[in-house]
Amino acid sequence: MAGSTPASATAKPAAPSAGRGSAGQVPQRPSAPVRSPAREAWRKFRRHKLAVVGATILGVLVAAILIGPFFWTVPINEIDFSAKLQGPSAKHPLGTDDLGQDLLARMLYGGRISLAVGLAAMLVAIIVGTIIGAVAGMSRGWVGTALMWLTDLFLSLPQLPLLLLVIYLFRDALKSVFGPEGGIFILIVLVIGGLRWMPVARLVRAQFLSLREKEFVEAARALGASRMRLVVRHILPNALGPVIVAATIDVALAIIAESTLSFLGLGFPPDIPTWGRLLFDAKDNLDFAPHWALFPGAAIFLTVLAINFIGDGLRDALDPRRVL
Amino acid sequence: MTQYIIRRLLIAIPSLLGISVVLFTVLALAPGDPFEELATNPNVPAEVRAALRAKFGLDDPVWLRYWHWINAMARGDWGFSFVSRVNVDTLILQRLPTTLFVIGMAQIVALLVAIPVGVYAATRPYSVFDQIATTLAFIGFSLPTFFTGLVLILIFSIWLDWLPFVYRADLQATGWNWIVEQFKQSIMPIMVLGLALGGSLTRYVRSSVLDVIRLDYVTTARSKGLGEKVVIVKHVVRNALIPVVTLLALQMPGIFGGAIVTEQIFRIPGIGSLLISSILANDTPVVMAVTFVFACLVVLFNLIADILYGWLDPRISYS
Repeated sequence: MAGSTPASATAKPAAPSAGRGSAGQVPQRPSAPVRSPAREAWRKFRRHKLAVVGATILGVLVAAILIGPFFWTVPINEIDFSAKLQGPSAKHPLGTDDLGQDLLARMLYGGRISLAVGLAAMLVAIIVGTIIGAVAGMSRGWVGTALMWLTDLFLSLPQLPLLLLVIYLFRDALKSVFGPEGGIFILIVLVIGGLRWMPVARLVRAQFLSLREKEFVEAARALGASRMRLVVRHILPNALGPVIVAATIDVALAIIAESTLSFLGLGFPPDIPTWGRLLFDAKDNLDFAPHWALFPGAAIFLTVLAINFIGDGLRDALDPRRVL
Repeated sequence: MTQYIIRRLLIAIPSLLGISVVLFTVLALAPGDPFEELATNPNVPAEVRAALRAKFGLDDPVWLRYWHWINAMARGDWGFSFVSRVNVDTLILQRLPTTLFVIGMAQIVALLVAIPVGVYAATRPYSVFDQIATTLAFIGFSLPTFFTGLVLILIFSIWLDWLPFVYRADLQATGWNWIVEQFKQSIMPIMVLGLALGGSLTRYVRSSVLDVIRLDYVTTARSKGLGEKVVIVKHVVRNALIPVVTLLALQMPGIFGGAIVTEQIFRIPGIGSLLISSILANDTPVVMAVTFVFACLVVLFNLIADILYGWLDPRISYS
C-alpha cells in the first residue's frame, strides 16, 4: 500500500504521477526546489480547501473571543428584567436571557473558558499520552506490556459516566481548596485530559516501535548518544506528526466534553457562562426564546467543525500514513 | 474457534476486574463519607451510625473493603437507593431495556446510512458525491448530540408540532396505535444518536473500502469479467466490513455518552437519565452501580465484537 490516497475526499489527490507508478519508475521532479519540512507541510495544508476554511473560521472566532470584550463592554451579569428573553436587536445583537443579561457579552466570556478548557485538557492528554507511549515504545520487557494493558483498560472505560462520577465525588473538595471557579476548572481539565490520553499513547508507541529500529537511530546510538538523547532528539521529533493531528482533534473532543458536562448541569456554575452552560439554561425556554439556545449551540458546532477540518488538513500534511 | 472464544473470555475477566478496581479507587479516594446521608439524618443516633459503619465495613482496610464490595456486586447484592429505597438492581433492570432499545436502533440507523453512502463514495473517490458525502459526514460527527437534540425539538415539536418531545415508558394506547405512538416518540432520540454515529462510521466504511478495492483479488475478479456490482457487493464490501465490526465495539463507550445526553434531553427513562438524577440527588449506590453497568456493557460489546471478528476473519483465530 503506497499510501497514495489521502484519507479525505476533500483534499485534491497528489500530483498525477506520484505513487501510482510501478516500483520501477520513481516519480521525479527534477526542478523541485528544496523545501523545509514545515513549508512542505504548509503547502500540503493549503491544498486542503476545507482546512483553510476551518482555520479562517476558527481564527475569526478566537479573535472575537480575545478582542471582542474590549469593544463590547456590556457586563455579563447586568440584570435587566424589562429586557428579558428578547430576540436579537440593535441593543442586544444576540438577544437576552431570562434575567435580561446580554447574550453576546456572555458568549464572548464563556468562549474563553470553553477554549481554555479545550486547550488545557488537550495538553494534559498529550503530555500523559506521549510519556506513557514513549516509555512503552522504548521498553522491551514487561513494562511496555503492562502499560499497554493499562491503556486498553482505560480505553474500555465508559468515559462520560466515569467523568460524571469523578466530578460528583470530588467537586466539593476541590471547590473548597481552589475556589468555585478554579476548582471546577482544574477538575474538569484533569478529568477530561486524564480520560483522553490513550489514543495518543498508542500512536506514540507504534511510532516508537518502528522508529527505534531505523538506521539513523542506530547511527546515533553508535555515536554514543544516551537513551534519553535518542528519545528526545532523534525519535520524538519524527513521531510528532500524528501526535499534532491527535492533539488538534483532542481540543475539539475536550470542548465537546466540557459542554456536555455543563449541559447536564454538572460542569461550571451558573455565574460562569460557558457555551454548554448557556445551553443548559436555555433548554427549558426553547419555545419562547430559541435564539438563547441556537447561538451558543452554533458556536460550539462551528468551533468543533473548524478544528476537525484543520485536523483533517494537518493529517494530510503531516501524517505519512494518511489513514484514519 | 471454541478455544478462541475461551481465550477472549479469559481476557475479558481481568479487564472487568481492572475496571472495578479503577471505580473502587475513585470511590475510596473521594473525600467525605459515602454514607453521609445517614449521618446527617437526625433520626439516626450515633450508635446506630457506628453499627452501620461496622456493618458496611467502612473502617476496614481498603483492600478488604474492595473484596467485600466486589463480592457483593458479583452476588447481585447491589444495595438500595438512598432516595427511593428500592433495590438498585430492580431499578436498573427496569430501565436497561429502554436504553438498549434506543442504542440498538441508533446503531441500525447509523449502519443503514453509513454502509451505502460509504461504499458508493469509495467506488467513486474524489467525485462530487464523494466530496459532499465526506463533508456531510464531517458535519455529522462535529455536531454535538445536545445541540442536534435541541434543534430537532425546536423544529419538530415546537414549530411544526409533529412529534412529542417527552418520551413516555407508559404509553396509554394499545395495538396499532401503540406502535405509531412509540414510533413518533422514539424517532427523534434515535435520529440524534444515529446521525452522530453515522458520520464517523461513513468515513470509516469509505476508507476501509478504499483499502480493499486496491487489492489484487479485486483486479482478478474484474478481469474475470464479473460485473461491477458483483465485484463491489460480493468481493469488496464483504471484506471491507470486517474492520467496521471492531469500530462498532470501539465506539461503544462514546455511544453511552451520547445516550446519557439524549436520554436527558428527551427525558427517556433509561439508565443514563437514572445516572444523572441520582448524581443530582447524591444517591451514591445507584451512581456506582450504573457506572459499573456501563463498564460491563462496554466489556461485553468488546467481547462480542472480538468473537464476531474471529468468526468473520478466521485468520486471526490462529494467530
